[in-house]
Amino acid sequence: MDMPAPDLGVIARKARIVARLRAVLPPDAVIDALEELRAYECDALTAYRCPPLAAVLPRTTAEVSAVLRVCWEEGVPVVPRGSGTSLAGGAMPTADSVILGVARMNAVIETDYENRFIRVQSGRTNLSVSGAVEAEGFFYAPDPSSQLACAIAGNIAMNSGGAHCLKYGVTTNNLLGVTLVKMDGTVLTLGGPWGEPSGLDLLGVVCGSEGQLGVVTEAWLRILPKPEGARPVLVGFNSNEVAGACVSDIIKAGILPVAIEFMDRPCIRATEAFAKAGYPDCEALLIIEVEGSDAEIAEQLGRIKQIALAHDPVEFREAADEDQAKRIWLGRKSAFGAMGQINDYMCLDGTIPVSSLPFVLKRIGEMSQEFGLDVGNVFHAGDGNMHPLILFNANKPGDLERCEAFGAEILKLCVEVGGCLTGEHGVGIEKRDLMAVQFAPQDMEAQMRVKDVFDPKWLLNPAKVFPLGASAGRREG
Amino acid sequence: MRPVTEAELAEAVAGTSGPLLVRGGGTRTLGHAVGEVLETGGLSGVELYEPGALTLVVRAGTPVAEVQRVLAGERQRLAFEVPDMRGLLGREGVSTIGGVVAANASGPRRVQVGACRDACIGVRFVDGSGTVVQNGGRVMKNVTGYDLVKLLAGSRGVLGVLSEVSFKVQAVPEAEATLVIEGLGDEAGLAALRSALGSPFDVSGAARYSGRSLVRVEGMTGSVAYRVRELTARLGGDVTVAEGAASAALWREVRDVVPLQRKAGEVWRVSTLPTVAAEVVARLEGEAVWDWGCGLIWLLLPPGRGAEVAAAVAGRGHATLVKGQGGPVFSTEAPEVAALAAGLRAKFDPRGILNAGMMG
Repeated sequence: MDMPAPDLGVIARKARIVARLRAVLPPDAVIDALEELRAYECDALTAYRCPPLAAVLPRTTAEVSAVLRVCWEEGVPVVPRGSGTSLAGGAMPTADSVILGVARMNAVIETDYENRFIRVQSGRTNLSVSGAVEAEGFFYAPDPSSQLACAIAGNIAMNSGGAHCLKYGVTTNNLLGVTLVKMDGTVLTLGGPWGEPSGLDLLGVVCGSEGQLGVVTEAWLRILPKPEGARPVLVGFNSNEVAGACVSDIIKAGILPVAIEFMDRPCIRATEAFAKAGYPDCEALLIIEVEGSDAEIAEQLGRIKQIALAHDPVEFREAADEDQAKRIWLGRKSAFGAMGQINDYMCLDGTIPVSSLPFVLKRIGEMSQEFGLDVGNVFHAGDGNMHPLILFNANKPGDLERCEAFGAEILKLCVEVGGCLTGEHGVGIEKRDLMAVQFAPQDMEAQMRVKDVFDPKWLLNPAKVFPLGASAGRREG
Repeated sequence: MRPVTEAELAEAVAGTSGPLLVRGGGTRTLGHAVGEVLETGGLSGVELYEPGALTLVVRAGTPVAEVQRVLAGERQRLAFEVPDMRGLLGREGVSTIGGVVAANASGPRRVQVGACRDACIGVRFVDGSGTVVQNGGRVMKNVTGYDLVKLLAGSRGVLGVLSEVSFKVQAVPEAEATLVIEGLGDEAGLAALRSALGSPFDVSGAARYSGRSLVRVEGMTGSVAYRVRELTARLGGDVTVAEGAASAALWREVRDVVPLQRKAGEVWRVSTLPTVAAEVVARLEGEAVWDWGCGLIWLLLPPGRGAEVAAAVAGRGHATLVKGQGGPVFSTEAPEVAALAAGLRAKFDPRGILNAGMMG
């Protein structure tokens, strides 16, 4: 993975830059010792590491503004960081950059149940947003699987999704407004609790811009009343095609489950060996969850059962109680851990049209043979968001490169069938060089023009999202 | 100009020097833009429809009615309930799907499923230089690159001329019913809407006009009946229930703002916080149709009240003059936000030819 050569002039001015940062922040908010900077050398894409020039941990919007102003004046790149859980390298620094971490900005500013929003500082973790409104019977819908650790700032940067977005949408559909600090230190408000822009939808393009347009310090989030209850069923099939057809029929029937999860045989076997959830040994397995009162759940599951049985499943398992419901989810929730027990793995995130599912799984199986690497598939089947897990051995020379090449081929396949490179993890550095597979030069040019407006010097998270060749002229000013 | 292919559209934009007034059917155009009319109605037809994946890709000039007909054939629909503004604005013409996206036009179901921009998953457009750009695609989960789909939705043609749009569509539910609550004053009637939206009963419409509050639920038959019972008990008041076609007719009135059609005066569209909606209306003393759980107010006022409207919503929303003469149509934005918007317009339309004068 190439990163641009660091600006040696910036590195040479480290002492002066750090002194200027110390002048605008409390003493404990600036980190410049190499051993402490190791904590910021990577995010959850741990294969790539580089300690930053310095790291800052501001507590207020005013402090963020002051930091950015200093870096803007000094020409120092800034890499915003939420909780560092990005799987795409979105928060990976370069040696000439300052990491701006929002972890200390985790307060709830306002909760308003009548108008159904919460306003938080952006370093607050996803799960603790729901936690703050739970007692009143509300929740925050987007639920990425890292929700215990990941910050709202990172969710907004990557437009994060989750298992339940089939019904509730992703971050952009639940984000009402933000306080944004531009690279030059300007503080502005986009959107607001009323949730509709008066002019251009700038909030809509900030969400998912991977920290390249500004630093979000505060956010208004939509909160929803919690459903009365939820219950899953498990359905096993002896063919991926039939499982795919079943998903399609459920969707066409107008039933809107909150989640439809799909696991293939390699993944089922790995999780059985690890978690012993009692899953059937079959080609494809669906976990379908519906919400509502007991009677409403029964009504929906009755219809789902009718549709599923028409596809001759090897198993249709209902949950009679909470304990059985947990067992249905157990294997799915253990899937990543189970694969990790077997070997190192790389988790992909492409999206495909649901109709292409059988073809894509067949091709991935063939490619697995060609590359000599095993792969298991976990999949948000309702929306086509795939998570192939490619197993490799990080200690074996050449294995990581082979795994990355295999991953790239899978993502190209996703684009070929009409899908995209990333459904919820973001581009970061991981998929940066594949962008040209999905976008023509003028499509990327249009996106980069947005960054030109928000960050004309290209100092915010500059070496991400766009292929280095495409962004070179802008980054080098 | 009325191009019939995307290539012709690109040529038309690239080849012109003068300002262009971009429009679909002209049924919901706002603002004071002037120029040679560039119509997208020639770019018509469905590119791809996959009911099993809830995906529709359609050329921007396709009539809304045609889109709805195609979807209805598979018992599906656009989730966000396209408003028909012809009655309110006194317009003729054929509303196009591109115009709907360009206006981010969203009806009562926005409280449950989001706005047009939330259902829109892909665009193709021609920018002000005549370059064709695509963004998003046909899958509903996609975070690859910047989300220009959201930026284009509601941009009213000032960043580019839409040539194709993609949607996540929705199955038509088995049943719908509306609680009609009478005998409550505005304060209590609006509080009932907020209470309904704060309940776990998945309300898909919450509106008030002519002294009645309306709360809609949709879904499977048994579930709708259950939620009607629960909401009736929760909300109190004098409740009657409209089902099926009778319910749908009520929501068409809200969606198209029928109560304010053909009345003398100006119509403002106010976006604000539900809890201050009653106060805003009381202060301005106009006839109101409240939608989105009172986060949206359609307000009929005598001409020339712009300054008072702006003062009433300052710091807690914004207002657009949708029907009236003179004065600014769109709310003024904070200078630093307006500067970003102007910067984007200059990048996407360097010659300033697309709907110049619209949106401030």
